[in-house]
Amino acid sequence: MHTLPQQLANGLFIGSMYGLIAIGYTMVYGIVQLINFAHGEIYMTGAFGALAVWTNLPDGTSIWLALPLMLLGGAIVSVLIAIAAERFAYRPLRGAPRLAPLITAIGLSLALQQAIFLWYPGADNAKSFPQLPGGPYHVGSISIQSGDIFLVCAAVVCMIGLAAFVRTSRTGRAMQATAQDPDTAQLMGIDTNRIIVIAFAIGGFFAAVAGLASGLKYGQVKYDIGFQAGLKAFTAAVLGGIGNIYGAMLGGLVLGIAESCASAYVSNIPGMQQLGGGSWANVWAFVLLIVVLLVRPQGLLGERVADRA
Amino acid sequence: MTALLEVEDLRVAYGKIEAVKGISFSVEEGQIVTLIGTNGAGKTTTLRTLSGLLKPVGGRVSFNGKALTRVPAHRIVALGLAHSPEGRHIFPRLTIEQNLQLGAFLRKDAAGITKDIQRAYDLFPILGERRKQAAGTLSGGEQQMLAMGRALMSQPKLLMLDEPSMGLSPIMMQKIMTTIVELKSQGTTILLVEQNAQAALSLADQAHVMEIGTIKLSGTGQDLLHDEGVRKTYLGED
Ligand SMILES: Nc1ncnc2c1ncn2[C@@H]1O[C@H](COP(=O)(O)OP(=O)(O)OP(=O)(O)O)[C@@H](O)[C@H]1O
Ligand SMILES: [Mg+2]
Repeated sequence: MHTLPQQLANGLFIGSMYGLIAIGYTMVYGIVQLINFAHGEIYMTGAFGALAVWTNLPDGTSIWLALPLMLLGGAIVSVLIAIAAERFAYRPLRGAPRLAPLITAIGLSLALQQAIFLWYPGADNAKSFPQLPGGPYHVGSISIQSGDIFLVCAAVVCMIGLAAFVRTSRTGRAMQATAQDPDTAQLMGIDTNRIIVIAFAIGGFFAAVAGLASGLKYGQVKYDIGFQAGLKAFTAAVLGGIGNIYGAMLGGLVLGIAESCASAYVSNIPGMQQLGGGSWANVWAFVLLIVVLLVRPQGLLGERVADRA
Repeated sequence: MTALLEVEDLRVAYGKIEAVKGISFSVEEGQIVTLIGTNGAGKTTTLRTLSGLLKPVGGRVSFNGKALTRVPAHRIVALGLAHSPEGRHIFPRLTIEQNLQLGAFLRKDAAGITKDIQRAYDLFPILGERRKQAAGTLSGGEQQMLAMGRALMSQPKLLMLDEPSMGLSPIMMQKIMTTIVELKSQGTTILLVEQNAQAALSLADQAHVMEIGTIKLSGTGQDLLHDEGVRKTYLGED
């Protein structure tokens, strides 16, 4: 039986991953009010991109040396797919009824899954992924794997980088303007199409980081991991307040911790013995989402719609 | 010599409904030209088309000798055409200063930008006092000043103002009108859309009266100010 600190730590790790993926949903939504439901698959292809780099490196290459190359490979795959999805699948549908891009996204998800399933060598089953050496490390009663350390560090670095980019760079300012009033942003001379592409690209990059980190953490990847991770990350984005980048990370962490604690402790509550354990974690994740949205429809850090006008 | 802005037979439609049905007018450099007309006449549609936010279904627009109708909106401000839209449209969650900086988005001269921001604060001192405040917290009239200040930040040759006096007190309204005349004297050409026909006509060199998508009447500001039809319909006299 794990201790409470261990459950919190586990929640933090998985939550960092949800948060990284959630950034992609929230950035795109914040700028074009579009839910890119194929984003889970962008995360999955990023993991396979990183794996492909590893497989093609000479035997005996140090994992530490390989890591930056794997990140680069995964990022190229994810970012290119994200940009292509925007350009060829979503942009032609801008201004169409909301159902149209949703259906497109589902089609795109299936296509990406099947592409990996059919064409990535041996991907009809789980593919083993290299793991980081060292660990587990012990801090008090908590045991931490190397992959978890990588995951949390990656999430922290990415978040700080993104916050600095949005707040201080010229392009970041243009993104804020486009999110708040796209027509007027164009009147300022901002190429809003370019800003939208950048939002998709940043989301793709974060998804690739998450894909690499999840491979390292679990030691395997599979063509269908995008569905559930995408759904959880979308939940995290809504939970935190969709459109808000800090909300996405916070929503991921809250969701991860809630899930981890629920699967460990719910079965201790008298009469709920059947409702604990990992298989119920998804249910509790959505219960949390519903409760939060009942109390705060705009999500934890979201602004009321009236404030966005 | 050709005019700074030439609009010929411009037609703009929303779906099947034509909102601007073939209008022609021009704006000479250094002039104040005003479009007045009833609600829904097509004034805002005309300005949004000139700045590229709407694509016309027909007609020609040339600005400073360059055809505009195929230029994307974000390239038009670089040509020297700025648009302060109807309803202010400031960026509510950015500060006043950040809004002004966005007006200068394409400019590279940091020193010049700082100077022009100061100029906007001199023009509208309230903006200077609130510079670090989110623009969405400003009153309607203050937002109107910010929208105008922001449009000036691109150092436009032609400034298009869509109802700059909307929601302003008579004193502020007077201030905006004085500012428009001052801008003209500094060399900025102005295309002004106004509900307050009296004020607009009295400072306009040229004026056009729009009605359901067409220009019904044109003349100098003074001519129209003394035109009986205009006085009846737009100046509330009988
Ligand atoms: N987005 C839109 N979709 C459909 N019709 C529109 C749209 N915007 C404006 N219209 C219609 O086009 C016509 C012209 O509108 P426009 O806003 O240009 O008028 P206006 O002269 O600026 O009026 P006001 O003085 O009230 O601002 C109106 O009949 C209006 O209903
Ligand atoms: Mg109007």
